[in-house]
Amino acid sequence: MEILPHISINHYITVSILLFCIGVLGVITRRNAIIMFMCIELMLNAVNLLLVGFSKYWGDGNAQVFVFFIMTVAAAEVAVGLAILMMIYRNQHSSDIDVLNRMKW
Amino acid sequence: MISLYLFYFLSFVAILSALLMVFSKNPVHSVLYLVMTFFAIAGHYFLLNAQFLGIVHIIVYAGAIMVLFLYVIMMLNLNQAIEPMKSNLQKLAGIISAGVLSLVLIGAMRTTEIKAAASTASEIGFVSSLGKILFSEYLLPFELASILLLASMVGAVFLSKKELD
Repeated sequence: MEILPHISINHYITVSILLFCIGVLGVITRRNAIIMFMCIELMLNAVNLLLVGFSKYWGDGNAQVFVFFIMTVAAAEVAVGLAILMMIYRNQHSSDIDVLNRMKW
Repeated sequence: MISLYLFYFLSFVAILSALLMVFSKNPVHSVLYLVMTFFAIAGHYFLLNAQFLGIVHIIVYAGAIMVLFLYVIMMLNLNQAIEPMKSNLQKLAGIISAGVLSLVLIGAMRTTEIKAAASTASEIGFVSSLGKILFSEYLLPFELASILLLASMVGAVFLSKKELD
């Protein structure tokens, strides 16, 4: 069960769960689009931490390559997402997502 | 024993600064707290003997992504005064639902039995062994990732143009 002396895989799962839920909390409770975007990054990082923990647990390097690709995709996502947020700000003069309710029924 | 104390310290820093990130009203403070969380996660990677990922994490997240966030926040001139906040009732509902989600996930973890692992090799996280996997098994995804980055760069430039006609 132990990956490092005295540290089991359950320790890492717990930390990842807590970080992921803090990310969910931020997405639910904040209205600023940029902060919500940062919380999504936090959730991605919680999953990355879990992947690295299990990679150490199984002694398998494939999971770390997956983490590498997740980081690449996150970088691409941030570049495009922030450009979209800039455009929204230019049109709405606000980064409040509650202003963007035109598609709401 | 020292690794256990280090683990608890890094986890404490990561979770505390993540909470401060969510609850601080000033967006610039949020970004700085998130950088602190990312450094703590990088410390976890070093603790797990994944040096390559730890360094890449610091370079990509703390060095590139968070600087981009900070740059956008400063360019839009967001500050505490114009920060939109939800009502207290909505905040309470969000805290309760996130807490229940974490309880469900932790309960699922406690009842799950994970198979005992084989003895772990210690140098899986080194650059040499990861590079061998990356450039043999994952060569095609690696090349596709470069195309993805190029496409996102073109997309970002296109979206930030003043006139879209």
